Amino acid sequence: MIPAAFDYVRAGSADEAIALLGEHGDEAKLLAGGHSLLPLMKLRLAIPSVLIDIGRVPDLSYIEERGDEIAIGALARHHDLETSALLKEQVPLLAFTSHQVGDPQVRHRGTLGGTLAHGDPASDLPAAVLALGGTLVAQGPDGRREIAAVDFFQGFLETALGADEMLVEIRVPKMAGAGWSFQKFNRRAQDWAIVGVAAVLNGTTGIALINMGSTPLRATAVEEAVRRGASAADAATAADQGTDPPSDVNASSEYRRHLATVLVRRALEEATS
Amino acid sequence: MVLISVEVNGTRHQHDVEPRLLLVQYLRETLGLTGTNIGCDTTSCGACTVLLNGESVKSCTLLAVQADETEVLTIEGLGGPDATLHPVQEAFREHHALQCGYCTPGMVMAAVSLLAEEDELDERGVREGLEGNLCRCTGYHNIVKAVLACANDRGTPTGSDS
Repeated sequence: MIPAAFDYVRAGSADEAIALLGEHGDEAKLLAGGHSLLPLMKLRLAIPSVLIDIGRVPDLSYIEERGDEIAIGALARHHDLETSALLKEQVPLLAFTSHQVGDPQVRHRGTLGGTLAHGDPASDLPAAVLALGGTLVAQGPDGRREIAAVDFFQGFLETALGADEMLVEIRVPKMAGAGWSFQKFNRRAQDWAIVGVAAVLNGTTGIALINMGSTPLRATAVEEAVRRGASAADAATAADQGTDPPSDVNASSEYRRHLATVLVRRALEEATS
Repeated sequence: MVLISVEVNGTRHQHDVEPRLLLVQYLRETLGLTGTNIGCDTTSCGACTVLLNGESVKSCTLLAVQADETEVLTIEGLGGPDATLHPVQEAFREHHALQCGYCTPGMVMAAVSLLAEEDELDERGVREGLEGNLCRCTGYHNIVKAVLACANDRGTPTGSDS
């Protein structure tokens, strides 16, 4: 399968990429690792006329400590995250979840910024960043702005990023010592989750659901129940509240609702064990 | 057209390519290196796995322009001079780790990358490390045996340095 023809430009910096986005408008797409975008282009579900390759923009692959947070450059790859000693120690949920994405080959190419900007509700890492209450930093022609993860995902493959903005950094709070769990149910090792759950239990309880609606979702009813001190089994009964899971070849909407309650219970049990 | 310069199996190549040309097509059709197979063409099966700067990637999901100024290693470049086999190829032969053989080039390249990354590998580590490669003959047992044998044989980690 061959993508439709496009023009290719390589950006040497974030500034240059943003200028190119301004020049080409909606017709352009940023290309980082390409593991969300290229499959869509091969199926001709995405037909951008210009690809702006940011894969070689320097200095955007860092994973570093910044006060109470870990700051991650948008071009850090899943492989960088899964092998980072700092991340394993300070934000183990994110390191572990990165290791669950796709397969080794995918993790050698896919980037954290790319998977977040793609905004697929079936992807693993958006839910992890949502559960952690992360902050996303977008850079545009007028400088940088911060977007809370909870405000970032706006619809199916739609994010709060403007047409001339580029996601440059992701920051997540340190969670060393907090309880956490990542649960993913799929049929084959490398598949997307039919349903998944990312949970972190500490001062700020965060539980996020994968593939239970058009965006990754916070399971707010479960979070409230946990804060009230409900048992894992009781809190998990609220897992599908406020969700709108799809029906597709893998599972019906009803089955996904059931899976959500089972996986949330397991996540809460693991996070508190 | 975009001019790219890629070192493939130790030899530098320069070509003007269409931006939409996939790396696997560049390898097979432009360079004539047909050892890298196309299976699913959807980033699932791993038949097209090659090493890019020493790391396994699926060449059906990379544009040739993304490989500009990189080093690519394919199954053709893995063995030594005089057609000597790479230890992973040798182990695949020794343990009969192939049936129809279609997945084998990708499986071998993925195993080389895995062995380079992991100092210690048990059976579970090998199975998880090869999750990106499908064998439709379901001949996984002997593939895992072969990779485990490589992991156990090495006094020092086997490099994937191309």
